[in-house]
Amino acid sequence: MSKYLVDKFLFTVDRDPELVERYRDDPAGTVAWWEAEEANRILNCVAAERSTWLAFDDAERAALAGHDYPALFAMGAHPFLTLTLFIAMFERDHEGLDFQLEYARRLSHMQLPYPDIAT
Amino acid sequence: MAELVAVIASTHHPFYHRASTSSGEDRPPFADEWVRKVEAFRETLTLARPDVLVMVGSDHFHQLWLDNMPQFLVGKAPAYDGNWYNEEREFGLPRMHLAGHEELSAHVLRQGLDSGFDLAFSNELRIDHSITCPIITLRPQADLPIVPIYTNIFAPPLPQPKRFVQLGRTIREIVEGWPSDQRVAVIGTGHLSLELGGPRQFGPHGPDPQFDQKAVGWIAGGDIEECLAEVSLESLHLPGNATHGFMDFMLMMGVAGEGQRADYVDTFDLFHTMEAYFTWYPKGAPS
Repeated sequence: MSKYLVDKFLFTVDRDPELVERYRDDPAGTVAWWEAEEANRILNCVAAERSTWLAFDDAERAALAGHDYPALFAMGAHPFLTLTLFIAMFERDHEGLDFQLEYARRLSHMQLPYPDIAT
Repeated sequence: MAELVAVIASTHHPFYHRASTSSGEDRPPFADEWVRKVEAFRETLTLARPDVLVMVGSDHFHQLWLDNMPQFLVGKAPAYDGNWYNEEREFGLPRMHLAGHEELSAHVLRQGLDSGFDLAFSNELRIDHSITCPIITLRPQADLPIVPIYTNIFAPPLPQPKRFVQLGRTIREIVEGWPSDQRVAVIGTGHLSLELGGPRQFGPHGPDPQFDQKAVGWIAGGDIEECLAEVSLESLHLPGNATHGFMDFMLMMGVAGEGQRADYVDTFDLFHTMEAYFTWYPKGAPS
């Protein structure tokens, strides 16, 4: 399990307008490309200085590929990163705050304490 | 020595800019009252006639990331660009540019390090809405140099609440010990109860109005010890999953001092989270 890598995916996609659209339109393809090409890139280092060990587990890969934000919440992905990116992708399909409220409803089964977000 | 002319603590609501500049059908019904409250709050800084602003906030995973995460970081650049693509996208925040104050940054770092805070620093920092929002609300002309100080309220493991209070006390000592004739305001922003990306988000009020009422009372009364006795890293999960931002209010209580009642207090009950505005005048209210 790599909460860090899930967060790294959310973080690097959210900050790139082209990747936001690519992930919205082709989630499984974007996740596969990102895991192969980007997951091991250290963000402030040149490409030759890559890490060698980062990979999603099956549940993480499926949650990201399925745009499954309740599953991401349950596995302890950072909720700010998830929310920000999913608003960027899907708020446009809803009126006003309807997407944010649907998001809350889909998490309404979660009880305190919430899943640990420490990486 | 420099004079600490105002201590200001505030929420940093990223929707204020859009609400206050919208018109017609796009203007939310609460915008006019919000603008009125913010303009009254702004006057409390204007009256203090500051020359330089020490700005306490928290990067929201913009420049600071989990591969290299500082707990407390001081900007020491000659200038700061402000706001990020995802803040333009979600909140409509404008790109901004602020001058830095390298001399005060260097003083804060040297004295902070010598006072037991191993502060990180940045020579190239793009600030986010935790610092640009209070510029928009309190100093929209953005004409004063700043010293940004970032705290980690976001990526656990976090420093303990008492450490935020201690840093606030230390910042006050450092500012008041700065050999300068400049007038300094320290402005910090945080949250009351807040939920982001969880089931309690975007409700008609903040997720925990009882916590908010208690928190406003602590801040307004300078009740640091009472606050520290009730607040822990664990307890802050209860009012809402992003409520650790309250620790930046605790830092500002440390700047203001134990038992120091705020000279100005206002709140505004909005959907999603409560707004709260506090000003202290350490040398007495300006005439």
